[in-house]
Amino acid sequence: MKLFLIKILSSIIFLTSTSAFACSISARVSIVGNEFPAIQTVGSGAKECKGAKVSANLTADHQKINVAGMSSEPAEYTSAIVANTSIVALLNEDLIRPLDSLVKKHGKDLKKNQLITIDGKIMAVAFMANAQHLVYRKDILKKLNIDVPKTYEEMLSAAKKIRDAGLLKNPVGGAYKAGWNLAQEFNNMFIGYGGSHFKGNTAEPNVNSESGVKALEMMKALSGYMNPDFLTHDSNATNAEFRAGNVAIMNMWGSRAATLVDVDGVSDEVKNGMDIAGPMTVGGGKTPASTLFWDGWTIAKKISDKEAEATFIAMTNAIRPSIMDKDDIRKQAVWLIDGYKPTEAAKGVFAAAKMSTTPYPMLPYAGLMHSAIGKEISDFMQGKESAKKTLSDIEDAYRASAKEKGFL
Amino acid sequence: MKHKTFFWFILPTFLAMFFFITLPIISVTIQSFHTPHENVLITVENCDPFGCKKATSINHEATQKLKKNNPLGKYVGLDIYFDRGHLAIEQVKNLWSNTNNFLEFLKLTADLPFYKALFFTLTFTFTVTPIMLVLGLLIALGVDSFNQKLKGLIIFFSLLPMIVTPLIGSIILFWMIDSRGIVGNFLQILFEDPGLSLKASTFLTWIMLIVYGVWHAIPFSFIVFYAGLQTLPKDQIESAQIDGANTFQQTIHIIIPHIMPLITFVTLMQLMDNFRVFEPIVGFNAEAHATSLSWIIFNDLGGETRQLSAAATSSILTIFGIIILLSPVLIKTWKEFEFKK
Repeated sequence: MKLFLIKILSSIIFLTSTSAFACSISARVSIVGNEFPAIQTVGSGAKECKGAKVSANLTADHQKINVAGMSSEPAEYTSAIVANTSIVALLNEDLIRPLDSLVKKHGKDLKKNQLITIDGKIMAVAFMANAQHLVYRKDILKKLNIDVPKTYEEMLSAAKKIRDAGLLKNPVGGAYKAGWNLAQEFNNMFIGYGGSHFKGNTAEPNVNSESGVKALEMMKALSGYMNPDFLTHDSNATNAEFRAGNVAIMNMWGSRAATLVDVDGVSDEVKNGMDIAGPMTVGGGKTPASTLFWDGWTIAKKISDKEAEATFIAMTNAIRPSIMDKDDIRKQAVWLIDGYKPTEAAKGVFAAAKMSTTPYPMLPYAGLMHSAIGKEISDFMQGKESAKKTLSDIEDAYRASAKEKGFL
Repeated sequence: MKHKTFFWFILPTFLAMFFFITLPIISVTIQSFHTPHENVLITVENCDPFGCKKATSINHEATQKLKKNNPLGKYVGLDIYFDRGHLAIEQVKNLWSNTNNFLEFLKLTADLPFYKALFFTLTFTFTVTPIMLVLGLLIALGVDSFNQKLKGLIIFFSLLPMIVTPLIGSIILFWMIDSRGIVGNFLQILFEDPGLSLKASTFLTWIMLIVYGVWHAIPFSFIVFYAGLQTLPKDQIESAQIDGANTFQQTIHIIIPHIMPLITFVTLMQLMDNFRVFEPIVGFNAEAHATSLSWIIFNDLGGETRQLSAAATSSILTIFGIIILLSPVLIKTWKEFEFKK
């Protein structure tokens, strides 16, 4: 009996000590980030830590709140989950801290290519890669004997065939919502045509070019095969169209494509028909009309060292290699975590990386350019003005805001 | 009222207004004359999972020094007011000398962000306000003549549009007017046009926003007018009836003059409310077709770009807009007040 008790007691002690060993923290952790499945996994992984409060605010509006939430003293958020687009705003305002010493102390499981360094200092830890690529319905393409499109020109002709065959009225999908989404589609197409947003290493805009005109014209041509409400469709709405079986070919984020049809109410036809391929090229170019992204986490500057350490421990726990054992998590993204073996859902992003897709530029003024594009481009998409006029409007709008923010 | 009593009565309000309205406006005004310092840019090597490359970055130490020496930022006077995002003086001048006729000039001016927003804001204000006044009065008259027992129920339902939060209301309507939503689909059948989409056309989007604005604002004018109708001088109405005035004549000559102060009040409130139209644009995802001054402020403040000076300037311009808009009504009220004294 005594022996039995000792056994139980020791096993309890052992259990509690292992779980405490797994992840224990001593200061608050507060996370802000986007809300797609992989990031939700990271958020709940951080919440497994015991010892102090861990809260996560995961929302599509994260870019609107992370700067404000990390500017106060002490910062409300101890960690922001960002991408190579959104880290720039935090870098510009000097709101995140170098992680070198914390990586040395607690980061033995991190791989070298996960560490994002700016000027030699580790500023973020990446956990996944992302890119937009083709998502399509293989059953529909097969029915009409269409090859999987490798270029946007092929996508257009496929769309025409599908419409002419009377299968779908608006077979093309795309996150063309006026603003950030639409600007991102322009960036893809512009890079695909070989354009570069800025003149050399300066902040001078360079979009008013031949590539710009071609990019706009291609987008206009594609929109002719889209739901007429395309200017109100973000990636969530575009996915809903695909799930409803209204869309057969679209350019979609890898992070959303993997779990696209894993929701209730999707017909078997769509579920079995969905497939993924690499990003498309355009205009005979070799560089895909897409951009590479990484998603990672940062740690706020304006918090105590204790909170920073707790945050680092919790966030590292969230992306520890052992989470790669679970199939449903593995499928969510193209993880950069040690031990990740690509799933079927990852082939689009992998193809993007293999085709040496251009990474989204981490430039201090890239965000201003992005929002100038988002503001001005919808006039062209509605046929209200010429491509040339829109491109010069973009440059003017960018110049005005870059001047104000002290870049020009 | 004695001056002293008046002073103590007004003091709490005055203090609250000073701290929460006057001071912020002063701060925003100062902000609108300043921009952030020029960033000291350096070229550094950045590495990410896709490799290393040279890129431009901000030198924080040098920039911080500039900020510390002059925390308000760089004084630029009216530069932001005149830039392309706001009054766009230079662009408008160019358009004036380079366009052939006035219509073309107007069209191209309305393409500049500030004038585009102003154009929609004014259209919205000057359509929603009168429609809402007239409909509100008609509903109030209708409800007033209703059976006493039904009145409570009718009033409750008439107030519903105001009870619903504007953002929620507009999102609900947004899905109803979707080409596959109940209203959108009904309109397609009604006009026998399967391609009809309210969200794809600027003109229809404007109409939709205006209809929404009216729908949302009517309960306010209705309930104010309805309250006013309860104080109608019964003897005047009776004598008018004896004199043989019909309902229309009674409304024009007795009811409307009687509730005129209320009409002025509702007009004032609604001009202000409609001039800062914002939620429907967000709720209807309408920014491709319609932007308002408030939306510009929101857009400048949000996201990665955070253009505080631009937002401050738009705010000041909006305040000017409201002052200009309200001045006729205010002057009229002031004159009446003087006259009574």
